[in-house]
Amino acid sequence: MALHSTVTQGKIQYRFREDNLALSEPNKFKAGDLRLEEMIINLGPQHPSTHGVLRLEVISDGEVIRQVVPHIGYLHRCFEKHAENLPYNQIIPFVDRMDYVASMNSEHAFAMGVERMMGISGSLPKRVEFVRVLVAELNRISSHLIAIGTYGLDIGAFTPMFWIMRDREHILRMLEWASGARLLYNYIWVGGLFYDLPVGFEEKCREFISYFEPHVRELEQLLIGNKIFIDRTANVGVLPLDLAINCGASGPMLRGSGLRFDLRKVDAYSVYPELDFEVPIGEGKMGTTGDCWDRTWVRICEIRESMKIVGQCVEKLLGEHKRTREFDPQAAVPKKIRPKAQDFYVRAENPKGELGFFFRSDGKSDIPFRCKVRSCCFVNLSILEELSKGVLIADLVAILGSIDIVLGEVDR
Amino acid sequence: MMEQLLSLIRNIDTSAEVVADAAPFTVSIAPKSLASVAGALHADPAAYFDQLTCVTGVDNGPEANTMEVIYHLYSIPFNASLALKVILNRENPEVESLCSVWKSANWLERETFDMLGIRFLNHPDLRRILRPADWEGFPLRKDYKEMDTYREVKVKY
Repeated sequence: MALHSTVTQGKIQYRFREDNLALSEPNKFKAGDLRLEEMIINLGPQHPSTHGVLRLEVISDGEVIRQVVPHIGYLHRCFEKHAENLPYNQIIPFVDRMDYVASMNSEHAFAMGVERMMGISGSLPKRVEFVRVLVAELNRISSHLIAIGTYGLDIGAFTPMFWIMRDREHILRMLEWASGARLLYNYIWVGGLFYDLPVGFEEKCREFISYFEPHVRELEQLLIGNKIFIDRTANVGVLPLDLAINCGASGPMLRGSGLRFDLRKVDAYSVYPELDFEVPIGEGKMGTTGDCWDRTWVRICEIRESMKIVGQCVEKLLGEHKRTREFDPQAAVPKKIRPKAQDFYVRAENPKGELGFFFRSDGKSDIPFRCKVRSCCFVNLSILEELSKGVLIADLVAILGSIDIVLGEVDR
Repeated sequence: MMEQLLSLIRNIDTSAEVVADAAPFTVSIAPKSLASVAGALHADPAAYFDQLTCVTGVDNGPEANTMEVIYHLYSIPFNASLALKVILNRENPEVESLCSVWKSANWLERETFDMLGIRFLNHPDLRRILRPADWEGFPLRKDYKEMDTYREVKVKY
């Protein structure tokens, strides 16, 4: 026993026990539950194709999957408990760390929710709103790039990963220029912004768009239009629309199944009603509507739409709402964030789906009584069980990749 | 629209009340009628709540001695949001599961069970989801005290 114990300064920090292996994350199925020829395979939690720390308990008969049981929680960082002990403005850095590849979008949703509770959402300067949408859409592009690139990697296409990393770095550097951080920005504040955009940011955005436009086409030709990619993804993991709605799917997952539903249009929050963009949906071009290829294709189209939005925001920020010496992005930031007692649910369109925050404030303190996150990846991942009955193990990886999860947001 | 929904709910549960200061429109109903109200809201062509977006559990603390579960529903064709609220006894928080109506309830209810210890009756697979299976206590209860050690590793940082 002593062999397996870690002893530091005479204190035992960890002692190995036989049942440690089985107690904490036991499989749902036991050997006795299986039928003849069936076996349990553990995929993850350190498998590269699980996009982080996700463990899949796979019951398979040869190569055919009977059932998949996802085990999550390896990256649980107690966001909701932390949020119950922090003032609203100090929760924003924690919100960043949920979906760490699309932090701006999460911040935007959170700040918007608190502003609506305070009743100040209408009084923000337009420039603030356009800057928010600009950085959020830039972040949406980078998030979709990660989704597409890592998906290619999952099913054997190596080059697109390097290409998207190259292009994504431009976005990250621009956001770093604006906020000072590469991934976790804390840039959008309740009632305003950390700083105004740096001088020359708008021109750099234009430069980036003209640079990036041909690269999207290249990426599309290299990956999405590739024969091998189509063979691996078309008609695989078909999610029918009724099932998608009943399972609570949102984002590209729902649009891939053929429903034109985007909260930026439906709720028309922030300045999105003033911007012109389309909502792409899956049409089953390569197979059945709602297959893995459709979901990826929707993401590619959304990158294009986001670029359109970025272009329009830049026009507005250079024209109608241009930078002035008097402009103070923190002018509307409330000194004390204390919303009146209420229950409030806010939702916004994140790259991965509908991100929702439920707040309960008691009206007496600066900290929320309860702050619940409706995580889009969490709900989308729960569909995996439905999607992967009777598929091959190689297709399981293709289906999982097409859901586009970030474990930071699944586990929070 | 909201009056229609309210009368639809009151047909099943006469004690249903509108909750003040809540957005979206929130109706508080008795826990025993939750399953039938949810089923009606899902099936009725005039309501057609086809998505269950969020399940939130709230602990009101030992003084109030109640717990709440709030269900956020959304109807895609009518673009309508509605929240249902049930208030539960804190000693024995139990409510009917909605998994048979919306499949998304499965994991959302498991999370609520994991964090607050609210049991969902007739849930197909009520296990802890984010915490390890042998974790003690329910972290989002207001009187929660973490363990000193978890498998001889110090919990408090």
